Amino acid sequence: MKKWQRKDLVGLENLTREEIELILSTAESFKEVSTREIKKVPALRGKTVVNLFYEPSTRTRVSFEVAAKRLSADVITIATETSSVKKGETLIDTGRNIQALKADIIVVRHNCSGAATMLARHVDISVINAGDGWHEHPTQALLDIFTLKEKYGKIEGLKVSIVGDIAHSRVARSNIWGLTKLGAKVSVCAPKMLVPVAIEQMGVRIANDIDDALKDANAVNVLRMQFERDEGTAFPQQMEYFKNFGITRERLEKAKKDIVVMHPGPLNRGIEISSAIADGANSVILEQVTNGIAIRMAVLYLVAGTKN
Amino acid sequence: MTFREKAKIMDKEAMERAIKRIAHEIIERNKGIQDLAIVGIRNRGAYLAERVAAFIEDIESIKVPVGILDITLYRDDLTAVAEQPQVHKTEISFDITDKKIILVDDVLYTGRTIRCALDALVDFGRPKYIQLAVLVDRGHRELPIRADYIGKNVPTALKETVQVLLREVDKKEEVVILEQGDA
Repeated sequence: MKKWQRKDLVGLENLTREEIELILSTAESFKEVSTREIKKVPALRGKTVVNLFYEPSTRTRVSFEVAAKRLSADVITIATETSSVKKGETLIDTGRNIQALKADIIVVRHNCSGAATMLARHVDISVINAGDGWHEHPTQALLDIFTLKEKYGKIEGLKVSIVGDIAHSRVARSNIWGLTKLGAKVSVCAPKMLVPVAIEQMGVRIANDIDDALKDANAVNVLRMQFERDEGTAFPQQMEYFKNFGITRERLEKAKKDIVVMHPGPLNRGIEISSAIADGANSVILEQVTNGIAIRMAVLYLVAGTKN
Repeated sequence: MTFREKAKIMDKEAMERAIKRIAHEIIERNKGIQDLAIVGIRNRGAYLAERVAAFIEDIESIKVPVGILDITLYRDDLTAVAEQPQVHKTEISFDITDKKIILVDDVLYTGRTIRCALDALVDFGRPKYIQLAVLVDRGHRELPIRADYIGKNVPTALKETVQVLLREVDKKEEVVILEQGDA
């Protein structure tokens, strides 16, 4: 019998295939809850979830809030700009204080890679990683995989291309871990400066160019160009990027007819993806948002069940 | 803790007769099948619901809607159970508002599962009324709940367990009483 054993979810790197599949199948059951007239079940009644966000986020934070509320948990969101973090409190101290408030789960987003792992080690309550630096963003990858599985019925054998700033992307890293564990064939495509050294060791192929990446692919995951992370050297000009890597109708015409186009949002229209494609028939971008709630409900439910 | 079989209380034929009788009683008590819908509680209640619906269709030549309810998320012992039970899908594809709902489960024991199921059901709408059908009532209620249709009343001791085995899940059809003991 498959059972969830982990207090925390910090990434997909350490999960087994069975654990990933358990989250996906649990999320399948939770998806139905959001289709009801009364979109709420009492499973986490009396539990407190604290959203601790050190980086701006709308979609992920709101998605976790909605997920926790649909499970009847109480949710508190701490935006660090208005908290004692400004006065210099460390992440661990903040975590321990949240634990002293008798909260049950911390959902943390931080700009340092490894922040969630460190926090998880220093508190007894559950920690869910909502994105740490360039490291991992497990729930985003899980919802991407969930959406793909809904479309194709399986992940094994699918060809998935990830296009964009691979180097700075926690979404890419979590997707690569998750997809390869489930047996997909993953390739990455990016300007040379944004392909991390030795990325092949994660079991992925580096595509020669965008047409090579799209050819034969069952799905393309288009990453957001994170210009806010630009340190002044590695980033191409926006128009240059669109010309060489942008997902456009002309490029998709050469790909499989039913190729699934994903994007973790927020969209930079006309930079990494054209509006015609983002709003077109191949796009599942808004389904990803809907599925994100089911995934986060599943993760909250599973880690909450490991107490005692 | 191990269990050994103490007695077989229903065989395949007895189960079929009981379910058929319950189907007749449902039609009789509700004066037909107008607005009737059947909802089975996962896991085995769901299969029993299908069978009750099939017998009703045999009698009335009309198929009544059947739904499946997973009550995991409504349990009152979620924090107490050591292992998180696996969540399955609830599948109720019809509007239950103003319907006469027959809730179906295999064994009625403490009544807590039924309490959960009632909570879950009313989240889907406001039925005209809800009735309860069970294959076995083994007593020992902890809540003021009773069944409207009962396949068989089976007095049991607390240390015993009643197990309903169905061909869809267990590859055989019978109801047995298990007793705690060294195997």
